[in-house]
Amino acid sequence: MMKRIWATFYARSLEFVRDRSTMGWNLILPIALVFGLAFVFSGTGQPLFKVGVIADQQTSDTVNKAAHPFLNTAHIDFYPVAANDKTVTMRKVGRHQIDMLVDVRPHEMHYWVNQDSAKGDVVEKLLQASGGTALTKENVTGQEIRYVDWVVPGILGMNLMFSCLFGVGFVIVRYRKSGYLKRLNATPLSASEFLLAQIFSRLLLVVLVTCIVFVGTNLFLHFTMEGSYWLLFLVLVLGSFCLISLSLVVTARVSSEELAGGLLNLLTWPMMVLSGVWFSMEGTHPAMQMLSQLSPLTHMLSAARAIMLDGAGLAQISTQMLVMGFMSIVFLAIGAVMFKWTTD
Amino acid sequence: MQAQGATPNAPIMEVRNLIKHYPKVQAVNGVDFVVPQGICFGLLGPNGAGKTTTIEMMEGITKPTSGEILYKGEPIGARFRAEAGIQFQSTALQDFLTVRENLTYFSSLYPKHLPLEELVAICRLQDYLDRDANKLSGGQRQRMLLALALVNDPAVVFLDEPTTGLDPQARLNFWDLVNSIKARNKTILLTTHYMEEAYNLCDEIAIMDHGKIIAHGSPASLLAEHFQDVVIELPAKDFPEAAAIKIPHRVLDKVTQAVQINTADVNNTLSELMSHGASLAQLQVRPRTLEDLFIELTGKELRA
Repeated sequence: MMKRIWATFYARSLEFVRDRSTMGWNLILPIALVFGLAFVFSGTGQPLFKVGVIADQQTSDTVNKAAHPFLNTAHIDFYPVAANDKTVTMRKVGRHQIDMLVDVRPHEMHYWVNQDSAKGDVVEKLLQASGGTALTKENVTGQEIRYVDWVVPGILGMNLMFSCLFGVGFVIVRYRKSGYLKRLNATPLSASEFLLAQIFSRLLLVVLVTCIVFVGTNLFLHFTMEGSYWLLFLVLVLGSFCLISLSLVVTARVSSEELAGGLLNLLTWPMMVLSGVWFSMEGTHPAMQMLSQLSPLTHMLSAARAIMLDGAGLAQISTQMLVMGFMSIVFLAIGAVMFKWTTD
Repeated sequence: MQAQGATPNAPIMEVRNLIKHYPKVQAVNGVDFVVPQGICFGLLGPNGAGKTTTIEMMEGITKPTSGEILYKGEPIGARFRAEAGIQFQSTALQDFLTVRENLTYFSSLYPKHLPLEELVAICRLQDYLDRDANKLSGGQRQRMLLALALVNDPAVVFLDEPTTGLDPQARLNFWDLVNSIKARNKTILLTTHYMEEAYNLCDEIAIMDHGKIIAHGSPASLLAEHFQDVVIELPAKDFPEAAAIKIPHRVLDKVTQAVQINTADVNNTLSELMSHGASLAQLQVRPRTLEDLFIELTGKELRA
């Protein structure tokens, strides 16, 4: 069994590596994206312009704007924060991930701002100009998280998602359509052996490519890295495994490249929007946040950012790891049961 | 390279009341036959006769609607997959892999396999081993696909229309290969459109039409059973009208206007033709062929 998996893994990997145009594209695209964004957001930094609000009589969805005149200021994105999330949110102010936290409950009346944040400074002036009950200032310190630090796991994750879903999905559909799977079906190779070989081959390649891109761009951009590289690597491997498994479900029976493309687009675009690739899902409608939890990419990015930006350990990201592990098993089982060698 | 596990001439494969129905087509309608070990068994028929469906059910690729297929007395399963070699009508391979890499890959899928050198020698692939498999000519590609079908030193080899699309020289070369495999006591199941191919390679044939077997036996015995005459062919221009009235015949081809006369008494027919002033300069006398047999049985051209 292992011999057949290894042989199929090796043959598929050779095919991928020798397809220079595809290989090149897999390397160039993420590098171009990371550098492009680093250039666009360099200098001004363009942090997320957000203010967290702790107030009475507000839901997890809406801010109680009557609690203080400042909350009616235009062009600021106020989002509700639960009182027990205060410490976490203060850390975000320190890291420049949000610009200010205000607690406008009558017995509190504080705000937290990072003196080193240009945006925080502007928002503070707007607070002072808004009138209403004066809030007590609390300084928060912390190293700034540039947008590129925040977005780089998103870009690499997005590239990985496309590579896993389209890379494996299209290959299987092509094999099925051309009759290659039919030929393999006439050998002792089983469906699960074939699928595992495809998964491992793509896994090795995407992990390798992502590591090369990460290390290469890091040499120039010096990403913030508070946690363990090994843990980040583990997240990368498990996330990729989960995404590849998902592609097996989509393409288990499809033999038309057009249909496969449509189905994969149907899957990847919502994942790209809802998984926090480009912007944080914090402050979005709770239904959107719930929906985003269905995407494996959400859990991968959330774990990667927690490691890179907050220095999270395995315990802190255990929920994301368990969810990705569970999803992988479910996707793999469905993909193997539904798998068809032939087109009819 | 010796087939093992079956007594010589004992059935290596048995097909019993095989039926395959698709939603709108009854592709195979109750087919029965046995394939003795060590022979070349031909399954013949026009497009849509059900021969590829039958052979794919025997290969385990297509599931029958009902019926039974036995390999060495057992339903086809893991043992069959390990001991069967299959060459489909058309097979795509992975991109960017050489002939050597494809052979090595397929060899590693089987518990037992032939040494690469032996395989290369059998199929005469020495000159193409390190060439991209997708850049071979038609004949070279068929030889490589045959090598893939032989990697596991199979007891039974399925060849589904292996020479379709090949030029005459490549076809003759392929026949040589098939004969060399036969000489190694392998059982071969061959489907083909080409009657000459079946006649030259097959020890036994089954002719299919409309999903059923309409004739089964050795080519010689089938011809002897159905024909006691020979065929005289001559151009229509050499066939006088007076002769046409007296001698039963049919016009074979509207372009060349060849005339065919079936007769058991050649001397008498030739005398009659000469007596009506027919020119015998381009006259040909040939024995009956499998093509004639097929037309006789179905009323259709084999490649219709």
